[in-house]
Amino acid sequence: MGKIVLKNVSKSFIAATIIPNIDLTIEDGEFVVFVGPSGCGKSTLLRLIAGLEDTSGGTINIDGRDVTGEAPAKRRLAMVFQSYALYPHMTVAQNIAFPLKMAGESKDVIDRKVKAAAATLNLANYLERRPGQLSGGQRQRVAIGRAIVRQPSAFLFDEPLSNLDAALRGTMRLEICELHQQLKTTMIYVTHDQVEAMTMADKIVVLNAGNIEQVGSPMELYNKPRNLFVAAFIGSPKMNFIGGAAAAGYGAQTIGVRPEHLNISKTEGQWRATVGVAEHLGSDTFIHVQSDVGALTARADGEFDAQHGDTIYLTPERSKMHRFDANQGII
Amino acid sequence: MARQIKGSAKAGNTLIAWVIGFVIFFPILWTILMSFHGEGDAIKSPLPMLASPWTFDSYGEVQARSNYSLHFFNSVVISLGSTVLALIIAIPAAWAMAFVPGRRTKDLLMWMLSTKMMPAVGVLIPMYLGFKALGLLDTLTGLVMLMTLANLPLVVWMLYTYFKEIPGEILEACRMDGASLRSEITHILVPLAVPGIASTLLLNVILAWNEAFWTLQLTSSKAAPLTQFIASYSSPEGLFYAKLSAASTMAIAPILILGWFSQKQLVRGLTFGAVK
Amino acid sequence: MATQQSRLAARLMVAPSVILLFIWMIVPLVATVWFSFRNYNLLNPNLTGWAGFNNYYYFLTDPNFLTAIWHTLAVVVGVLIVTVVGGILLALMLDRPMWGQGIVRIMVIAPFFVMPTVSGLIWKNLLMNPVNGMFAHMAKGLGLQPYDFLNQAPLTSIIVIVAWAWLPFSTLIFLTSLQSLDGEQQEAAEMDGAGSLSRFIHLTIPHLTRAITVVILIQTIFLLSVFAEIAVTTNGGPGTASTTLTYLVYVQALLNYDVGGGTAGGMVAVILANIVAFFVMRMIGKNLDA
Repeated sequence: MGKIVLKNVSKSFIAATIIPNIDLTIEDGEFVVFVGPSGCGKSTLLRLIAGLEDTSGGTINIDGRDVTGEAPAKRRLAMVFQSYALYPHMTVAQNIAFPLKMAGESKDVIDRKVKAAAATLNLANYLERRPGQLSGGQRQRVAIGRAIVRQPSAFLFDEPLSNLDAALRGTMRLEICELHQQLKTTMIYVTHDQVEAMTMADKIVVLNAGNIEQVGSPMELYNKPRNLFVAAFIGSPKMNFIGGAAAAGYGAQTIGVRPEHLNISKTEGQWRATVGVAEHLGSDTFIHVQSDVGALTARADGEFDAQHGDTIYLTPERSKMHRFDANQGII
Repeated sequence: MARQIKGSAKAGNTLIAWVIGFVIFFPILWTILMSFHGEGDAIKSPLPMLASPWTFDSYGEVQARSNYSLHFFNSVVISLGSTVLALIIAIPAAWAMAFVPGRRTKDLLMWMLSTKMMPAVGVLIPMYLGFKALGLLDTLTGLVMLMTLANLPLVVWMLYTYFKEIPGEILEACRMDGASLRSEITHILVPLAVPGIASTLLLNVILAWNEAFWTLQLTSSKAAPLTQFIASYSSPEGLFYAKLSAASTMAIAPILILGWFSQKQLVRGLTFGAVK
Repeated sequence: MATQQSRLAARLMVAPSVILLFIWMIVPLVATVWFSFRNYNLLNPNLTGWAGFNNYYYFLTDPNFLTAIWHTLAVVVGVLIVTVVGGILLALMLDRPMWGQGIVRIMVIAPFFVMPTVSGLIWKNLLMNPVNGMFAHMAKGLGLQPYDFLNQAPLTSIIVIVAWAWLPFSTLIFLTSLQSLDGEQQEAAEMDGAGSLSRFIHLTIPHLTRAITVVILIQTIFLLSVFAEIAVTTNGGPGTASTTLTYLVYVQALLNYDVGGGTAGGMVAVILANIVAFFVMRMIGKNLDA
């Protein structure tokens, strides 16, 4: 129903090549997240799949059908834009009904489907309002409603949560995940926030300068990053990177250790460090230190007591250490 | 800054503002007041004039002696006609430039604006001779055509800025929703553009109504709009202040009212977007 | 929607505007240039043929020409000073809290919408007329001799009339600009210890600089071609005391029927306007990029 295959897809504008060459398969029903820093091409890739931009090369297949060059309307996809892109001069009901109207459905069918979508998204009380009278979260739900009602092969989300405040973001994240479990439709989600990626995805695609760095499940990317870029991008706080002599001692150009894989002792350990700032989150404490091998971040239990200027000792867990060669690839 | 404003400060501001406003508005006010009096009373000094009987006579006399309605009609035809024509030509152009911009679009827009800056006097003679040769002097047709061209750059410019404000994502969304180009234009673009088109219409009607170069040069009686008519207004009997006031009040009243609604458009249109 | 098909459609949609404006620009301008190099006087049909630069020579060496330039400059600069300074003051005034702000705005904005012929006649007859005008009455009330504005100070009177008409324009622009002043920036400055005057000089005025530039450039374009007010009040006189370049060309062309001379003068006006337009287009171009 929603299997999408990209082969040799590339995209160039007059000034620059955004996407050199991408091969990617998205299975039916998967929740795939495109993640990466600003300018990495994730939104461009989404728009190529949607048909809002023409590819410069390569093919896009949806359910075995070659849709390269087809207009967006024919691809049976639905998109939720970052700014929601609601029609300001129409009511919520008319916004949600619009795709059905374009498809030529009868009035009864439209009414029924709109009501169903509104019920799913808690919008039943707002059907007669205009977008201007709604809050950010409500507008987003209308955008999602407009997408659902088309019963598309796949949903495309373009950074839908960026315009919401932090508390609302958390709630909407859960709602979108629940929606996915309920509808079981393929969803492609673009974000720069790796927390969203980790918590929502079945499969994450990490992009950098138009190239795919790695594709895998969240835990795969977390535990087995293929290169330095992915290792640094996934995980918060960031992985610790140590170069120089210490890394050479392990036979690598750079070694990486996550904060939770550093054993902390007040008495003895491999590296000696002075505490700079201790962030108390309640459940955890993140200690930022200056050590023999550079600045490090370590994770301790919430009750751990560390003051500025204290001396502590850090020992990395050998089995959880990542080693990187001179090309920044994993060893 | 929502701090408490002292009542006395506000009162002071109000007083100064009203006085200055009154001084600026005075010439217009005086004209309106004078129009409601008879000729003999109109030329008296201020207080006696106000004290003398108020009447609509002067208005009646203006119409009776000079077929005022014809000139009013001409003004309406010229300003409305030229603006509507300009809109018809400009809407497709502005649409194309706003939504399918090319590399040259910006240059094209600037060139169009630059034609508005050409001093009319520079082409006065060819235009006059041309109009004469074509038999267009003192005709509504000629003047409507000319005003259409004179206003076209500004109409294109204003429409362009309004169209550009429609977020591209809304149009993309409707394409994703399955809309054809025709649906896109009728269901989404036009409803969103109507306020912009109305604003452009408003401002340009006002500017065309008040245009006082070509209307003075190229018309004399039959096609003369109010600008020309008033310019040549004087009564054969000598005293004519009250009638002039009446004629002036009638001439400027519609535009004063419309002008009030067009302030924002004025800034947008005539500063060519340089001030937001 | 940048496909091949839509690009073609776009070109077709822009074409009518471009073609019409091109004809409107080029044809008359070419004719003007042509005429300016020929002998052509409607009162003297026997005089024809190539005139070379004669028309330009006579026009530029006509003593009235320099006077007209000087007058034009006086009008532009005079009106600019009044409208910029006055406009800023009025905008500052309107930006404050007061009662009845809407009505004050109506009063201040109104003059711009009065057609130039009407405003000219109102000022000439109802206000400045030395016998029956308002100013005359006021003078007599104070025991003074009424002043014949239009005969004794024609250029200044024109400046007053035109400035009165354009003051609302500059005021609106400055007001718009003032209303986009960053409130947070003002508050930050206040916390830093800056008083009202200091904030005005260091924050408000720099912010207004852009609006001032806009006002000066745009008004200059329109002020160079002031016509109706002069035609209706002084007719360029007494003598040529209030003749500007525009009026001079008009006189040459339509009153003296000197087509050759009139078009040469017209070209001079076009060149002058182009110089100003150059700067205006630069300003607009910068803005279009923004």
